[in-house]
Amino acid sequence: MNSESYAVILVYSTSHAMRIEKLLGKRGIGCKMIPVPRQISSDCGVCIRITRAQVEAARDTIEKAQIEIQDIARI
Amino acid sequence: MIYFDNAATSWPKPPCVAEAMTQYMAEVGASPGRSGHRLAVEAARRLYDAREAVADLFHAPDPLRVVFGANVTEALNLALNGLLRPGDHVITGSMEHNAVMRPLRALERNGVQITVVPCSPDGALDPADLAAAVGPATRLIALNHASNVTGTLLPVAEAGRIARQHDLLLLVDAAQTAGAYPIDMQSDAIDLLAFTGHKSLYGPMGTGGLVIGDRVDVHLLQPLKRGGTGSRSEREEQPDFLPDLCESGTPNAVGLAGLAAGTRWVLAQGVERIRAHELALTAQLLSGLAEIPGVTVYGPRDARRQTATVSFVIAGLEHSDVGLRLDDEYAIMCRVGLHCAPAAHRTLGTFPAGTVRFGLGAFNTAVEISAALEAVATLARGRQ
Repeated sequence: MNSESYAVILVYSTSHAMRIEKLLGKRGIGCKMIPVPRQISSDCGVCIRITRAQVEAARDTIEKAQIEIQDIARI
Repeated sequence: MIYFDNAATSWPKPPCVAEAMTQYMAEVGASPGRSGHRLAVEAARRLYDAREAVADLFHAPDPLRVVFGANVTEALNLALNGLLRPGDHVITGSMEHNAVMRPLRALERNGVQITVVPCSPDGALDPADLAAAVGPATRLIALNHASNVTGTLLPVAEAGRIARQHDLLLLVDAAQTAGAYPIDMQSDAIDLLAFTGHKSLYGPMGTGGLVIGDRVDVHLLQPLKRGGTGSRSEREEQPDFLPDLCESGTPNAVGLAGLAAGTRWVLAQGVERIRAHELALTAQLLSGLAEIPGVTVYGPRDARRQTATVSFVIAGLEHSDVGLRLDDEYAIMCRVGLHCAPAAHRTLGTFPAGTVRFGLGAFNTAVEISAALEAVATLARGRQ
């Protein structure tokens, strides 16, 4: 899998990232915490990398839990 | 050795607490929420686990509204100093600890109005007196969940209903109850819950926090300190979201790893089970003390109406001598004096001498209670 097929969830703080990581895990959505890629601007130093195929499922999970995020960006 | 000073800090701790802290130091160690490497992410994960454990225990809807700090005193200072402004009115009770009284007295000098509702001589508070104290400027009710002197349980759920009725916030000081008595922020209508990690959550000292309910507008909350949070680093203003708003500087991550383990231990035991155990010990202690001539017990003298903390005096003996002899001759550790709660002792009529306090915990046993009762009886028999 090359990097073209990933997206990152940009969050306000690491605590938000941890909450999302846990919720995605529960829904079986694979994710990995990574430092925010240089070309992207974010409030927080880490972001959550997911595959592009799972962007909608991730967005749905985050919205249902009413967690505010900054953005979901393709990388 | 009999440790009856659990109301000051619990001891021993479940082994999982020291194990979690050692493991954090040996295998994680990095700063949570700062860097993005694997150890930093793992550190952040541990910190989040602690938030989730605390949120689970108190039925708080959002782990991100659990704000950690050094202790319950810091949490109470955050709530009181962070929300009250000159002209605001706050209601509290006369059984409060200085962790509430001193910040309130300082705020009073800056124009915050304070009503201290008198409690009865056994420490109980009539919710009707709280309701009667509400005025147009009232913003907050700040209430001890249980007295650290007599263990008297205060009516927080009723206070919560009164607060909702009058559109006020309820701040609860759960120093003596968090982990030892069921707390449900939803059904008890608690808006701000200040807790300590090192008492009945069986974590280490230097841990505690404030759980902030969703009726609290965080934009009106001033943090105690501002600084680096690892978020919004390009800005020179403090982030306006929780938990970062109130958590500046590198946290006590190793302590919080211990707090998470302690809280999970409490969850696994079940607060109801711990409460039942402590209730039985308290009942045994109370009925034993009632039989000893010369001993006066303060507080409700009813295990169901109090935590596992019991205050008493032995007529004719100095409390300091009682404490010293219990330690020297019987290896029983307790606390004597005013317990940082002069208002409570004035209410009980034990100011300024104070009392002898036995603070029981989850690890105490019926055999220890019997041994302590014999020791107290021997001291009481020998009094002048």
